[in-house]
Amino acid sequence: MSTPDLAVERLVKQFADHRAVDELSFAVERGSFFSILGPSGCGKTTLLRMIAGFIVPDGGAIQIGGRSMQGVSPNRRPVNMVFQQLALFPMMSVGENVAFGLARRGLDKAQRRKRAEAMLERVGLAGAAHKRVDELSGGQRQRVAIARSMVLEPTLLLLDEPLGALDLKLREHMKIELKQLQASFGTTFVYITHDQSEALVLSDHVAVMNRGRFEQLGTPQDLYYQPATAFVAAFVGANNRISGRVTRRDGELADITTAEGWVVCARQSGSCRVGDAAAAFVRPEVASLERASDQLPADYLKFGGQVQSLLFDGANSAVLLNEERSGFEFRVALPQTGRFADLKVGERVYFGFDPQRAICFAGGEAPMHA
Amino acid sequence: MPDPQPQSVWQRRFVLTWLLAPALLWLLLLIILPHVDLAVLSLRQRVAPHVYNPSLLQFRTFFTEPLYWQVFVRTAIISALATALTLLVAFPAAWVITKVARGRASSLLFVVCLIPFWVSETVRALGWLILLRESGVLPALLVKLRLTAMPVELLYHDATILVGLVYTSLLFMVVPLVNSLESLDNALIEAAYNLGANGFAILRHIVIPHAAPGITAGCIIVFMLTLGNYLTPTLLGGKNSQWFTELIYTQFIVRFNWEQGAAFGFLLLGLSTAMVAVGLRLSGQRFVDVMRRT
Repeated sequence: MSTPDLAVERLVKQFADHRAVDELSFAVERGSFFSILGPSGCGKTTLLRMIAGFIVPDGGAIQIGGRSMQGVSPNRRPVNMVFQQLALFPMMSVGENVAFGLARRGLDKAQRRKRAEAMLERVGLAGAAHKRVDELSGGQRQRVAIARSMVLEPTLLLLDEPLGALDLKLREHMKIELKQLQASFGTTFVYITHDQSEALVLSDHVAVMNRGRFEQLGTPQDLYYQPATAFVAAFVGANNRISGRVTRRDGELADITTAEGWVVCARQSGSCRVGDAAAAFVRPEVASLERASDQLPADYLKFGGQVQSLLFDGANSAVLLNEERSGFEFRVALPQTGRFADLKVGERVYFGFDPQRAICFAGGEAPMHA
Repeated sequence: MPDPQPQSVWQRRFVLTWLLAPALLWLLLLIILPHVDLAVLSLRQRVAPHVYNPSLLQFRTFFTEPLYWQVFVRTAIISALATALTLLVAFPAAWVITKVARGRASSLLFVVCLIPFWVSETVRALGWLILLRESGVLPALLVKLRLTAMPVELLYHDATILVGLVYTSLLFMVVPLVNSLESLDNALIEAAYNLGANGFAILRHIVIPHAAPGITAGCIIVFMLTLGNYLTPTLLGGKNSQWFTELIYTQFIVRFNWEQGAAFGFLLLGLSTAMVAVGLRLSGQRFVDVMRRT
């Protein structure tokens, strides 16, 4: 393997009594799209700012393009950053914004203009060089911010939740555009976000960060199908979380019994002991819904439930059920066929899932949201 | 939208008139009327007791008498110099208040800038006298440090006047600068740094363009205050101060030549207007924008 574009080793940052980044080590391959996903306050911004050089680490090392960044000031690092609020210079035209970094490198005016215009054309803003920044739409500004950084041909482009300020429709659109831009430039992108869908759609690799550490680092598929910790299972994608105690173990499966006495069975991740606190996770699309119990596959765990509410959202439609004995609120994805279009609130139905596709973790703690 | 009722338009005008009345009255009584009177005074010549003829004599005197126009030019140059020095001193102070100090420290520093202005200008100028006069604190210190053999007179120099003027004007520069620097997003500075700019390039391309209206406003205020200052140049410059406001004072009070004094007053007004216009033209700004943004 060639030298990674970014190598971080045992990086530490301590703020007063809280450790924002806790002995992190990872490497980002050349040309890949790497995301750091985590809730606010997990330390991802601190990590990014240390890579950019705005914060001096308390320990550990950062290498960019094989070169140590110890003592290298932000304006001398081969790194550029797209800021959360973009931070375009309002006192300059679009062209001057893009040419700003080139001017700092001492390029003459004609060359600056040529390269800035070529870069603007590349991001689909040909002829916008003379415009004022406030004349552009949100998506166009986004592209100027990327152009302003990319024109310097950095080893690494850092992106600090740049889509956060956009409205939903534009965000969806910019996600696709960002991925295409990264593919066409071939530059290594390091992207931080708290939005799991952005991370999953865009990235080659995602690190899920929590309390200054990486819970898991893997492909989006790994995170989704093989979460390593309860935090990842809860944070990435929708999941039904069933907390209780391990009451029985059978090979790789374990029974979890909730406080209300509901028993579910799931595949163990790591090893649980009987009596341990544990949580099982079942994705809404793993569970199936039927009107009659015998229509569910024979090897499924089967439960009765009552429809509590219908969550229609096109392809992401789901139904919230109350499991009939425990009252546990369980989310099941509705099939795309429209077979349950006539489902009513209060109706009695059956749901079930393959225990092999449910997963359980020992330990009680995990975030409340997700 | 339906047309407003005629009565309500009339009512609104009535209310507006009354709200504006004090300001308009102030403008009329203290600005317009005296200036009209001064204009009339400056353009007449006394030919006999209580007999006056229209004349440009006062203005002619100004240009033919070297002392007058030399003091005029000197006042303008020292005022411009004092304004530039005030900007140089105030800018780092405003920068520290807005971008370096955090929370309480920031407000505390601002208060420190403000505190001297609780004391009257006279008392502050007398403070400088205590420090700088021949038998004062600073000359004594210089002798103690063996830097001078004898106590030196530090008062009554042009430099002394400059120091006094900068000190007096500092707050009026710091306030508009703090205002305009406060609205500068730190992310812009970081972005420029990230794009390879050094401190000087950030100052030149990001900070100064952003703060330009504040800088211009501060300079206009300080220049006008300095040009029209009477107390500080007189007290710190002594007999040699040669400040144009002193000439005006002399004409009105000592010589009792109100006609000449009025003409000088108009010349000073013309000077400050012209300098402000030149300053705005040089910095490419409009007066209305500058005043609105600060």
